[in-house]
Amino acid sequence: MLRNLLIAIVLASFGFIFYNLYQSYEPQTELTGIAAHYAENGASEVGAANLVTAVVVSYRSFDTLGEITILFLTAAIISFFLKLSKEDEDKIITHRGTSEILQTASALLIPLIYLFGVYVFINGHITPGGGFQGGAIIASGVVLAIMANPNMTINHTVIIWVESISGVSVILIGVLGIILGGGFLDSTFTGYGLGEFGTIFSAGTIPVIYSLVGLKVGAEISNILNLYQKSQKEA
Amino acid sequence: MEIFELGKIGLLIGFLLVIVGFWGVLQQKNIIKIIVSFTILNTGINLVMVALGYVKGRTAPIIDDSVEQIGNHNVLNAIVDPVPQALVLTAIVIGFGVTALLLAYAMKLFKAKKSLDINDFNDLKW
Repeated sequence: MLRNLLIAIVLASFGFIFYNLYQSYEPQTELTGIAAHYAENGASEVGAANLVTAVVVSYRSFDTLGEITILFLTAAIISFFLKLSKEDEDKIITHRGTSEILQTASALLIPLIYLFGVYVFINGHITPGGGFQGGAIIASGVVLAIMANPNMTINHTVIIWVESISGVSVILIGVLGIILGGGFLDSTFTGYGLGEFGTIFSAGTIPVIYSLVGLKVGAEISNILNLYQKSQKEA
Repeated sequence: MEIFELGKIGLLIGFLLVIVGFWGVLQQKNIIKIIVSFTILNTGINLVMVALGYVKGRTAPIIDDSVEQIGNHNVLNAIVDPVPQALVLTAIVIGFGVTALLLAYAMKLFKAKKSLDINDFNDLKW
């Protein structure tokens, strides 16, 4: 009883705070400060049609570096946490077969889902999308594959290599920015141009960085899924 | 002050989702339901942040044909604020990481006591 009362008090105070915030909220009527700078100069300085991508990968690329570090850290902690013992690792468990509909549909859909994920991260600088979204779509294909065939195993070596190589490549391109561009993780290299605005080969190194981020995120989420799936072996 | 304005609606729904999420975290007994409440809370905060960057009558921050129609070739007058959207992208990724970790903990907890009821885990209770 007391517990419910306390919860009600907490929620009511949150409601009070939010109500006041909502009442005093004045909608923006024009862009100001840094947003105006991004809107005015984004196209000429970075060359990406999608300004959110320009902000995330070029102006604030340390954000992206932090994000991929956090994802890596999550995968590392989970793999440490769900580590199996030697005998559990070798154990083979067979699951009940899944339905015919799911298996047939997944055979048709999984290649399309992977293709869509690759499309989303390659076009991250001209359409809505980007590396994280594309990687998540690829991982959703992996989820469907596991659901359709619970006995499948994901090749751990391939995932680790894709993840490591793409992660190291992002850092190397960032270091290349010190030599050829304005600083670490600068996406525009002086003397190389930005390409034609609004096409795939534009915006400096943004498509390359976002594709690598997409591969890394896809591999990392698949790795986490693989760990979840394998931890079923633990009795 | 208009009620049916997209920014206001987004803000209102976001705040409601935050409250629903808090209610779930505090009230639910099942660990999986608590984790789902955390993701609802997360979504609510993201929605509030995106709604704060909304500017009435403008389009998404992607420079294409619609920008030329709305802003008359001036990007500054055609798009909503891109900065909150970029921050929300970061927040979503971090929310994903937190959810993945919580689920891993839930699996470990279930293996320890064969139960997902939060009341069975009273080792740190005083």
